[in-house]
Amino acid sequence: MNRLTIIGLVIVGILVIVAIFAPWIATHDVGATNLSIRYLPPSTQYFFGTDSTGRDIFSRIVFGARISLEVGIVVVSVSAVVGTLLGALAGYYGGWIDRIVSGYVFNVFLAFPGLLLAIAMVAFLGAGLNKLIFALCIIGWVGYARLIRGQVLKVREYDFVQAARALGASDSRILLIHILPNAIQPLIVQASLGMAGAVLSEASLSFLGLGVPPPAPSWGVMIEEARDLSTLQAAPHALIFPGIAIALTVLAFNFIGDGLREYLDPRQRSR
Amino acid sequence: MGSAFKHKLFGGLRRFAIFLLVVWTVVSLVTLLIELVPGDPAVSVLGEQATPEQFEQFRQKHGLDRPPFFFSFPRDPAGERHFQWHGFENRYTEYWVALLHGDMGRSFRTDRPVVDLILERYPATIQLALAALLIAIVIAIPLGVIAGKNRGSWIDNLASLVALIGISLPGFVIGPLLVYVFAVKLRWLAPSGRFDWTDFILPSFTLGAALSAILTRMVRSSVIEELNEDYVRTARAKGLSETRVVYKHVLKNGLIPVVTILGLQLGVLLAGAIITEKIFGWPGLGLLLVEDGIGKRDYRVVQGCVLVISITYIIANMLTDMIYRWLDPRIRVS
Repeated sequence: MNRLTIIGLVIVGILVIVAIFAPWIATHDVGATNLSIRYLPPSTQYFFGTDSTGRDIFSRIVFGARISLEVGIVVVSVSAVVGTLLGALAGYYGGWIDRIVSGYVFNVFLAFPGLLLAIAMVAFLGAGLNKLIFALCIIGWVGYARLIRGQVLKVREYDFVQAARALGASDSRILLIHILPNAIQPLIVQASLGMAGAVLSEASLSFLGLGVPPPAPSWGVMIEEARDLSTLQAAPHALIFPGIAIALTVLAFNFIGDGLREYLDPRQRSR
Repeated sequence: MGSAFKHKLFGGLRRFAIFLLVVWTVVSLVTLLIELVPGDPAVSVLGEQATPEQFEQFRQKHGLDRPPFFFSFPRDPAGERHFQWHGFENRYTEYWVALLHGDMGRSFRTDRPVVDLILERYPATIQLALAALLIAIVIAIPLGVIAGKNRGSWIDNLASLVALIGISLPGFVIGPLLVYVFAVKLRWLAPSGRFDWTDFILPSFTLGAALSAILTRMVRSSVIEELNEDYVRTARAKGLSETRVVYKHVLKNGLIPVVTILGLQLGVLLAGAIITEKIFGWPGLGLLLVEDGIGKRDYRVVQGCVLVISITYIIANMLTDMIYRWLDPRIRVS
């Protein structure tokens, strides 16, 4: 495993611990506003300083990790399960289901930007964490379905699958026991990159005011609140710390995804 | 020759069919998603205090009194759902008919035609996207070439690091940071607006940063790959200068995969423009969508913006595909 993958794993490990133990790690109440201590610079009492309403930025980032990870985990799991199911069915059986999934859905859904589709859906559904997760899942599953379909088409022709079929194994047995375990490796890579994408999409939509509504400590919301000129002037740290949190998280998941891809595909290792 | 022509014709027809399919889907989505709006659009626009006559008038004017689709399953007084056929007097058909006449309806708020609103804002978004594209290319090609030529050197590592930062920092972090440094601290540039050419610098850099990072990586690996090819050895053996070898021969071949990435990234650029426009108060389609459309619940404006942004993206993709085919004759024939 290369160095960057390990860095990625360490960052994600820290993030998970922070998210799980957030109430114990946070030093202040995330919602408590106090205008008399607004714009304080980082100190031993307020590790990352305070924002324009006097809230502790460190504690908000700690609780923000929960939102980011929750969105990431739910979106990636739901998309991966739905995508795997439909992709496997389409690839294995072919026929009309394949014609709909690969002929229509792949061509159309992959033909325009996912973020725009998410924005459009949330625009009509209204803002909120659950609606945001729903919108990201609707876009997310397509990539997994395409990946798994391709894998199934490849593995289906292998000798051991033909042998299993000759021995009278049922379709579901062949799919679950023989094909899927051999198709799952690239899925893990895709899921890791998908975590980075989901965290980024949540922050982007929350930044636009279409995700988690403002008092919640979403990193995107924190950046949106920190970017007006008077806050930038008085407390640039209110922008910088959540920015670093997003960048490190996205970077970590990308490192893991790239590292896994290299690890699982020996042909790429030498490059 | 006949079969090559046939192949080309069918390939073109297939791409056009997919284009129509995508357009049909987007139009259907924007017309049917409006049904998911929680509550009544008339109430959310006019407010609770409006009189029943005002509501009635509003719904009639914007066609909201017609059924949404060809059929529906309304509840009867006993609470059971029954299939009901509405025929062609429905909003879905009306939107299509109007659209084919170049009409996207009128804004719920300002009563102005949505087409006019979009035409006013469209140039600003396209200018921003093109400026970002230009910045990305201007940064990425020299940086990628230098990094690829000097593989493993400190300059290569530095370029990789910069590219990594560019990829992982989203626009809504880079943008405000640039505003902080260049508008708040140094006071060189205006924090927002679109008045003279200097106002282009921060937004287009914000939008182009991620793309230039991705392109730098692409150009770098392309250059490394091409430098191992036989024709490079031949060119060097002919006595061509290294600069000429790299910029005349290697770059020309190495740019082919880069063009594909550029096309795929155009969509990311258009979606990213929505965020960038919000950061810098840039009066483009994105700001129209987020502030006038979504912010004020003007669903006609939302429909129009989503439609126009999507179609722009699809057309840009098709153009890239054509350029790609033209650049690489191997794809043209096979």
